[in-house]
Amino acid sequence: MLARIFPHPVLTAGLIVIWLLLVNHIKVGSLVMAAILGTAIPLLTRAYWPDRPRIRSLRALAGYALLVVWDIILANIIVARIILFKPNDRIETRWITVPLDLRTPEAITLLAATITLTPGTVTADMSACGRALLIHSLHAPDPDAVRDEIKSRYEARLKRIFE
Amino acid sequence: MLAELVISLLLVIGGVFGLVGSLGLLKLRQPMQRLHAPTKATTIGVGAALLASVIYAATVKGDPSWQELLIIMFLFITSPVTANFLSKAHLHRTIPPESLPATGTDSPWATLETEDAAQAPAADRKAP
Repeated sequence: MLARIFPHPVLTAGLIVIWLLLVNHIKVGSLVMAAILGTAIPLLTRAYWPDRPRIRSLRALAGYALLVVWDIILANIIVARIILFKPNDRIETRWITVPLDLRTPEAITLLAATITLTPGTVTADMSACGRALLIHSLHAPDPDAVRDEIKSRYEARLKRIFE
Repeated sequence: MLAELVISLLLVIGGVFGLVGSLGLLKLRQPMQRLHAPTKATTIGVGAALLASVIYAATVKGDPSWQELLIIMFLFITSPVTANFLSKAHLHRTIPPESLPATGTDSPWATLETEDAAQAPAADRKAP
């Protein structure tokens, strides 16, 4: 019964928090509005999102977020140096195929978003079967190392969180 | 005083990365390379500026505001999608399929999939 009214409890909680942040104060009126939105949006979008993602450990997810933020800062500096100091003909731009061990759609989405957010790599496409990602790397003298780093640093952690 | 220093520092950092991102757009030659520049500007550039705004509202103005966190969150959710759409459009229109690496699986890259295969039910295509 409860699961029918709230098909995605985490989404509901998230929407309530987002609405309260958006109005920037906590009053009864905004709480009611937040509750209405938090109930209605998951119900209306349920058809497009039938399964509930399982998150095994919220702590691991928070740790993952921190790791990604740190990597974004480091990678920004690396890419800034490439843009500023590397002559164009010495930038080795490459396509890289990353085979996926992940099967959960939410986890794959997170991995693809992580790859795009860390500067220097962009997720360009996915294989039609969902088993591999096509990644474009701005400067990759050693494409295998980039692939292995993505797999060990991000995918392994996501696998522990979601699967 | 300290708060103002931190705010200024964050604004400078944000500005520098925004500038480098724009420079990248100008300097890099291939469209796919240029796609890397905006992903930088949205992450550190905008992130630092928004963080400065949070600190400013909380200390100097004395009226804490959390909406900036939402902006950061929405940017982090939407910018990978934009980058993905841009590169898919680019793959579709200009990149010769031979120049892409193999998928390592039986099926092709989703953007290059032929229409017949794409119309098959998704369940059939996901055979383990």
